[in-house]
Amino acid sequence: MRGADVAFLVPVFNEARVVGDVIAEALEHVGHVICVDDGSTDGSAVAARAAGATVLRHATNLGQGAALQTAIDHALTLPDVTYLVTFDADGQHQIEDALAMVELARTEDLGIVFGSRFLDERTQAGFLKRLILKTAVWVTNQSTGMRLTDAHNGLRVMRRDAAAAVRLTQNRMAHASEIVLQLGRTNLPWREFPVHVLYTEYSKAKGQSLLNAVNILFELTFR
Amino acid sequence: MDIQDQQLVIKVVLLIGVAVATVLLTRSTTGARHQAIRRVTLALFVIVTAAVIIQPSLVSGIARAVGVGRGTDLLLYVLAIAFVWFLAAYYGRQRALNRQITELTRALALAEGRRENTP
Repeated sequence: MRGADVAFLVPVFNEARVVGDVIAEALEHVGHVICVDDGSTDGSAVAARAAGATVLRHATNLGQGAALQTAIDHALTLPDVTYLVTFDADGQHQIEDALAMVELARTEDLGIVFGSRFLDERTQAGFLKRLILKTAVWVTNQSTGMRLTDAHNGLRVMRRDAAAAVRLTQNRMAHASEIVLQLGRTNLPWREFPVHVLYTEYSKAKGQSLLNAVNILFELTFR
Repeated sequence: MDIQDQQLVIKVVLLIGVAVATVLLTRSTTGARHQAIRRVTLALFVIVTAAVIIQPSLVSGIARAVGVGRGTDLLLYVLAIAFVWFLAAYYGRQRALNRQITELTRALALAEGRRENTP
């Protein structure tokens, strides 16, 4: 399998309805799916395990950043994993996008590939969401010195050496900026890649409310 | 009962309150240096509080000395500062605790994962 050395990192918090399909589809293409169940109460862990993922359980809900870090730690203990892909459980990311990003990393010998919603016109985001995302991009770029077109995009590819440099301390949503900062500091070659984020009714209901942007700003400012 | 006797009651009640708080605070045990600082602070607090309870006019005296009109105003200011100071200390502790819980939960999850995935 072409993706045998790829691990999908999927943080899960109460996504039993959808996580099984996402994992089963991913496992047709990649060697590992590491699912961190962040204290779900709805049987997400059972669904993920049934679909074939390696499931790690947080005894209590810590937040997506903490779950990602746990997944990274576990993936790095697996010697045959070269590429780590952070992937959302709610079905808004496309597996083809993730695989194409890994291919780009391989062919161009990149350490990091960031997914971006704003490199093409496929992603349908409302005006307000777009405005807030753009603000988040600006803030992240100011604080990280990187020049990204999208900041809080959960789809990223990290080569093993890049992932080893990540140590997330922002348990909650501000980890999305923190990971960009830490990856940027590795000075490894990186690229952005246009991805399509599908805002389904499900992901909209689950996703961060726009008010959460305020929380993220605070977490980043007063850390 | 004259005014002196009435004041005696409240003085005793407040002193008992301070004594109980003292016992409760000295019984916690974390970090030798931290503990020493806290005990010294506590001793000062006890002395000042006891002195003020026995001789309330002290507060007014100190207040006038530092340019605050009334003793009650001074008390309010000190209380407000102490509260913010407490919040800051508490917040720091809370963050440290959160970090510890995260590390603990992660270690547990990783250990469990290792056990399940080794045949």
